Order: sequence, then structure tokens, then C-alpha cells
Amino acid sequence: MISLAGAVVFILLAPVIGGLIAGIDRKITAHMQGRVGPSILQPFYDVGKLFEKEDAVVNETQRFYVLSYFIFAIFTGALFFAGGNLLLVIFALTLAEVFLVLGAYAANSPYSHIGAERELIQIMAYEPMFLLAAVGMYVVTKSFNVSDIAGFPGLIFILLPGVFLGFIYVLTIKLRKSPFDISTSHHAHQEIVKGVMTEFSGPALGFIEVTHWYEVVFLLGFVYLFFAASPVLGIIAIIIVYLLELAIDNTNARVKWQLAVKSSWVVAIILGALNIAALYFIGRV
Amino acid sequence: MQLLLFLILFPLITALFMLAVRRDTERNWIVKISALLIGAVTVLLLVTQFDKGTLYFGFDAEPVNLLMFVLEMGISLLILWFAVRYRNYLVIALTLVETALILWFEAAATPAVAVKSPLFIDQFSIIMALIVGIIGSLICVYSLGYMRHFYLNHTGIPDRTNTFFLIIFVFISAMFGLVFANSLIWVFFFWEVTTLCSFLLIGFTKTEEATKNAFTALWMNLLGGIAFAAAIVYLTYQPAGMLGLDQVLVSGKALILIPAALIGFAGLTKAAQMPFSSWLVGAMVAPTPVSALLHSSTMVKAGVYILVRFAPVFQGTIVGYTLAFVGAFTFLIASGIAISQTNAKRVLAYSTIANLGLVVACAGIGTAEAIWAAILLIIFHAISKSLMFLSVGTVEHRIKSREIEDMNGLIVRMPRIAAMMVIGIAGMFLAPFGMLISKWAAIQAFIDAPFGLVFVVILIFGSALTLFFWAKWMGKLLVITPDAENVEGLVDKNEWVALVSLAGLTAVTCFIFPLISAILIEPFLLSNYGTMAMISQDNIIIMVMMLFLIVLLPLSILLPHRKHRALPPYMGGVPATPDMHFQNALGARTEMKLANYYISPWFGEVRLARAGVCLCSVFIVIMFAAALVGGGIL
Repeated sequence: MISLAGAVVFILLAPVIGGLIAGIDRKITAHMQGRVGPSILQPFYDVGKLFEKEDAVVNETQRFYVLSYFIFAIFTGALFFAGGNLLLVIFALTLAEVFLVLGAYAANSPYSHIGAERELIQIMAYEPMFLLAAVGMYVVTKSFNVSDIAGFPGLIFILLPGVFLGFIYVLTIKLRKSPFDISTSHHAHQEIVKGVMTEFSGPALGFIEVTHWYEVVFLLGFVYLFFAASPVLGIIAIIIVYLLELAIDNTNARVKWQLAVKSSWVVAIILGALNIAALYFIGRV
Repeated sequence: MQLLLFLILFPLITALFMLAVRRDTERNWIVKISALLIGAVTVLLLVTQFDKGTLYFGFDAEPVNLLMFVLEMGISLLILWFAVRYRNYLVIALTLVETALILWFEAAATPAVAVKSPLFIDQFSIIMALIVGIIGSLICVYSLGYMRHFYLNHTGIPDRTNTFFLIIFVFISAMFGLVFANSLIWVFFFWEVTTLCSFLLIGFTKTEEATKNAFTALWMNLLGGIAFAAAIVYLTYQPAGMLGLDQVLVSGKALILIPAALIGFAGLTKAAQMPFSSWLVGAMVAPTPVSALLHSSTMVKAGVYILVRFAPVFQGTIVGYTLAFVGAFTFLIASGIAISQTNAKRVLAYSTIANLGLVVACAGIGTAEAIWAAILLIIFHAISKSLMFLSVGTVEHRIKSREIEDMNGLIVRMPRIAAMMVIGIAGMFLAPFGMLISKWAAIQAFIDAPFGLVFVVILIFGSALTLFFWAKWMGKLLVITPDAENVEGLVDKNEWVALVSLAGLTAVTCFIFPLISAILIEPFLLSNYGTMAMISQDNIIIMVMMLFLIVLLPLSILLPHRKHRALPPYMGGVPATPDMHFQNALGARTEMKLANYYISPWFGEVRLARAGVCLCSVFIVIMFAAALVGGGIL
């Protein structure tokens, strides 16, 4: 069943939580690198500043793509926290991403073009594992609805450890962390400048930042789902997973996209599909 | 009954008229009126028959059977004549084998041959008739404009527009016959007519390449025809009435599995599954409306139609699972090959092969949920794919190229056609449009079926590949190139009518698919399986919300906003002109060019196709082996 309250809470609170996570992220990253780092509230100041900047665009259609990306990313998270169908949630996420990619294509710029191609490659890399995670949860709980999965009495993680690890692996791609920050990264000094986001500036870039906060909260919600039976464990899992992603981010260099795709697919098959197959096998015996 | 006969016979009458007309205006009017009538009658059929369930029409079919036999011999002779003329010994041999089989079952004259009611209609027939009637008619109307352009561009060859429409209308007639026939002998007759028509249409331009590809299509489909004829021969020696679809499907699996495997094989050839996919790719040499017709509403749909009809037999058997594997691997491999293709029509061809593979996989698994997904796939694919083909045809006449790279910035150069293409592509892979709904349904169906996980995994990876090649094409179309001119000009009115109707259908079917499901697909499943399948109400509401959002978002351009400043794209600090020329390191003026990724080392056609052919051939061998050893019922 769909609960509107969950959706509303997500829409209102996610940017606050997402922004705080981004602030904490930067603080911890700074400490890992032996710096002091900015205030935890720095991401809010940054985005606020972006919205005050001049509205400079390459062409007018970009506004439409950014807005569509923003709305469908929110839609994705809202549907998730409302307890909707997990497959539909993933499809909506893809739709949102495709809008971002189209915006990058539309700019007719070399850097954003390469970014767009790589972003598509990234989607191709992570989507199978995401869908397998949904399938795994269905096999355990007999439902695709997030509300039913969250209400499942047992700890899903126990039955789906492989799927969980696989999910964490591709989560690095979605969080835009090294070694998989291939299409764009948090720092605009890589070989393709800022990749898919190169041609977005000012308020448009502000919207993209906020969208990313929404996405992060949704993704961590997905992590929580593996431990939904025990909320305390769920929160701890989220914290550990995020710290792990930070550690990976700070200790790994960017890899080529070929390796990102191949390894994601191998992980999806070995950790994801085999884990689910084992469940089938145990279920049958 | 009258409506059925009208739909089968009326296109034939139009075809006869095509022999007589001389002037363009006459032909235009006849084709338009016929197309309108055929479309209208299929809708009438829907309105009057949808709540009637399955109806059988019995009459004395002996004279018709005789006529069909004579015509079948005529077809064989015609094909033999072509084969001898072009010295194609393989086709000669296959035709002779097939003719021998036909003579065998015609001469056998056992009680099984007497099918009480040769024609029938049920909800699935209605759906197929709507696809053939509406989409087929729209393609006819489009062809009026296309063929005029075609002969303007190809002045060297004699104008055979009349022959073209003649074959198309015979084709449409045969498709109606195929979906309404209950007697397998009748199905087989119409099956052979479609084979002949597609052969003639693929070879229509009579170039060397066209002739070669037409013969490839012919021998592959003849192979299927032989399997079909063999299935009929087998059934001839079974109890009375066994040659009716109604009897076949209730007769118990053990008895029917061998002919079902044979007909499954025939379906694979016609639906261009690996290892027989090359004929459909080769068929791209034909004029574009032919490709649209073959890919969306006729030919290949005949293949999956018969597979879906036999799905209850396949369900839970090794034959069914091997069939499903052929389909699933075809889906995966063809989707991969599509990534490496630069030619728009070839991308469309491989995407057709892939989507049909998915339908075949659903039919092979054969549960109610899988068939629900299969029928939705057939509907949505027919609409989006015909829209895509017809748009590419129009674009090709304007920019003289089928290469995707040449479609860079089409939204500026040909805004309306590009918009049609974007709708078509969105229909093929994005939520909440048709094909994605069907894929979702397929995941749901596979996961609930025994051993379904394997198919789920194949489907998941296949659709990730699908996303890549569609999205990069869509991106190419939507590039805003500042210096480009609008070259759209006046698109032919007939072409425009067809394109807008199909784009409208793509969107409308997404809104009304719950209705289609409720009044047609679910009753069909209920009468064939005793159970139903559908997506829950909640999810439908959510998808309708998404659809509304997508429709409304483009209006955001109209919202008031701050004044903005237009800047040129970032070029790494190099000075560039507005039309994206820059000075390179040697001081020469260079144009900035962007091209998509095609990743041919991974997804190269030769390598993947070879793997697919080997893999799928092995599964086909296993399928026949399983059918022979005691049926292989799980």
C-alpha cells in the first residue's frame, strides 16, 4: 500500500539530510587527507550561492532537462519511501538519469558529450545489480512492494549477503565516488573537466546538487531495506556503508570505464545471481 | 463471420484494383479508402466481438481447401521459377521437399483433415487483427508518399508502384487469414503466402543485394515452412479433427509435443530468432515501409502469434524451456549487437529481433503471466517500431542518409520528425511507456516460473544493453547545434498522417493499456489458462502519474524565469567560433565533431552473431531431441 506520509516526509526532509551527509562527507574526507575541512553546513552555503549566480546556459532546452531530472529523482525517492513497487522505483530512477544525460547531449559540448556517454555506460553497469537486488528481495519476501519488504519480520541481509555486497559495489558508482567517478566527479579537475555536468552552471547546477542529495538519501534507504527488521542495525549499517564508501573513495584512483562495467557485471552475476540461485536451491530442498 | 471474410477478402479486391489503375490520383484514393475501411472494420470487429468470447465458424470448407491446394501449388511453382532463374539450388531443393510434404498430407485424406470449423475468433485474434488492420493501413497510407519520393530519388528503375501495393494488400489479407484460421492447413496456407510476399517485397528493387537477401529470407522461411508442413503430416495420422487449433490445444501434451516443436521451429524462423536472424537484417534493403510492415505488424508477428497460440503446450516442458532459451539469448545477443550498429535501420532491425526474442521467451515459458507480458510486448512493439521505421524513412529521404551520426541535431534541422522519433524511442525503453511496462511484466512472469531466475538475469542484462543504444541515439537527435538550418520543409501529407497517428497511438496505448488488458487479454487468459495476470491498481495509478508528468514537463519552458545569458560550450579554453570551429595546436582551423560510442570490440556484429547462432542452434537441437524422447514433460 502506498503511504503518502512517507513520500511527503521524504520530499521535505531528504534535502536537509542529504546536505548534512554531504557536509559530513567533506569533513571526514578532509580529515582522512590531513586537512581540517569546511563546516558541515558548507554544502548548503555552496548551493545557496549557486542559486544566486547568473543564469548562464548553452541553450534553453537545458532548463527542461534539469527540471525533469530533478522531478523524477524526487519521484523515485518519494515512491520508495511511500512503499511503492521496487522495480518501478528503479525504472523511475533510470528515467531521471536519462534526462540528465539528454541535457548533457543537448549542450553540444565535447566534455559534456563524453560525460553523457560515460554516464550511460555507468547506468548500464549498475542497473543489472539494482534490479537483481529487487529480485532478491522479492524471492525472500514474495513482494516487490517496499512497504512489504520493510515489514518483513526476518533480517533480509542474512539471506542475501551476496546481493548486499554486490549492491554496495555498484553503490560506489551511484554515489559518484572513486574508483567509479567516471562520468563526473565531485572535483572539476579530471580529464573530462566535470563530464556530464560541465555545461550546467548557476541555478541549474544548484538543482543538480540538490537532486544528488535526494538520490543519496534514497540510496541509503535502499541499504536500510536489507536490515529493515532491526532499525538500529539498519542505521549502523548505513553509517558503516557510507564510511566504507569514503575510505574506498580516498584510497582508490579512478579506473577506466571498461573495468567499471566488466567488474560490475561480474559482481552482479557472481554475488547477486548466485546468491539468489542458492536461495532457490535451499528453498527447494 | 461476415467481418472476418471481409477482412480476408477485401484487401484482395484492392490488390486486384492495383492491377488496373493507371493514374496516381486513382491509386491514392483507392489505397486511402481501402486503408480506412480495413482500419474501420477491425475497430468494428473489436466493438462487436470483444465480449463474445471464442466463436467458431463451421461451414463446408471442401471447395476452399481445394482452391488453397491449387494456390499452394501455384506458389511452389512460382518460387521454383524464381529459384531456377537465379540458379539457387538450395531454394529449389527446399521447395521440392515442401511440395512433397504438402502432396503427402493432401493425399492422405484421413479423418483428421476434416476440421469442423476452419475459422474462429477470440480476443487474441482481435488484438492481432487490430495490429494488422490499423498499423498495416497506416503503413499503406505512408507508402503513398514514400514511394513517390522513392521513384523521384531512384530514376533509373521502372516504376512498379502498382506491384508494390498489390503485394502489400495480399500480405495484409494473408495476415488476417492467419489470425482467424482455426484449421492448421489454413494457417499453413496463409503462412506460405506471407513467405512469398516478403520474398517479393525484399527483392523489390531487384538490385543484386536485394535479390541475394530476398533469397536468404526465402530459404530460411522455407525451412520453417517445411517444419510446419511436417507438423501437419504428423497430425494427419492422429484422431479426427486434430488439425484444428481448438483440438490441438486440448489434446494433452504427450501427443502434441512433436508437432508443437516443429511449429515452434517454424515460428522461430519467421520471428527471425537466432540462428535465423540474418534474413530480417538483410531485409533492410527493401523500401522502408516494407521494413516497417515486416517488423511491426505482419511477417515476424505471424511467427510469435503461432508461438503464443501454442504456449499452453509449451508450458512446463523441456521443449518450451529450450524455445524460451533461444528467445532469451536472442534478446541478449541482438541487444548487444544493436549497440555496435551505426546504421539506424540496422539498429531497428536488431532491436526487433531482440524484442521478438523476449516474446518467444515468454511463449516458451507459457504461464498465464508470461503470455500476458508477451501480448503486451506484441502490441507496444508493433506501434513504436512502425513509428520508428517510418520516421527513419522520412528522415532518410530528406538527409540522404540512414547513419545515426548524420542525425546529429535533428531536433533543430527537422523538429517535428525528430519529435516523432523521440516519442518512438521513449516508447521502446523508458518508463512509463509501453515496452518498459511489458518488460516489467516479463520480469514478474519469469520470476514466478520454475527455473525462471535464469531468464530474469538474461532479461536484466539485456535491458541494460537496450537502454544504452536507445539513449545514445535519442541524445544524438536532441543535440542543439546552433548553426543548423531547418530543412524539414513540407513533409508529404500522407506520411505525416501516418506518423502523427502512430505517435498518438504510442502515447494513448500507455494510458489505455489497463483497459486493453481488462477487456481482451485477461478474458483470453481466463479461457485458456483459467487464471489471470495483471499489474495492481496502485502501480497503474503511479504510472499514469508519471505519464502526466512527462506530458506536462515540456510546458515548463513556458514558465516565467529569470533572464539568462547564452554562452558557448566549454572548449578547454581554446577560442572557438559559434559554429564550433577552433584552432588546433598547429594553427589549422578544425571543426569540432562529436560521435557516439559503439564499442565494437565488445559488441561487434560478427563475433556476437556467431556466438548467438551456435548457442541457439544447440538449443534447437536439444528441443527436437526432447520432443522425440517421450515428450520431455517436466
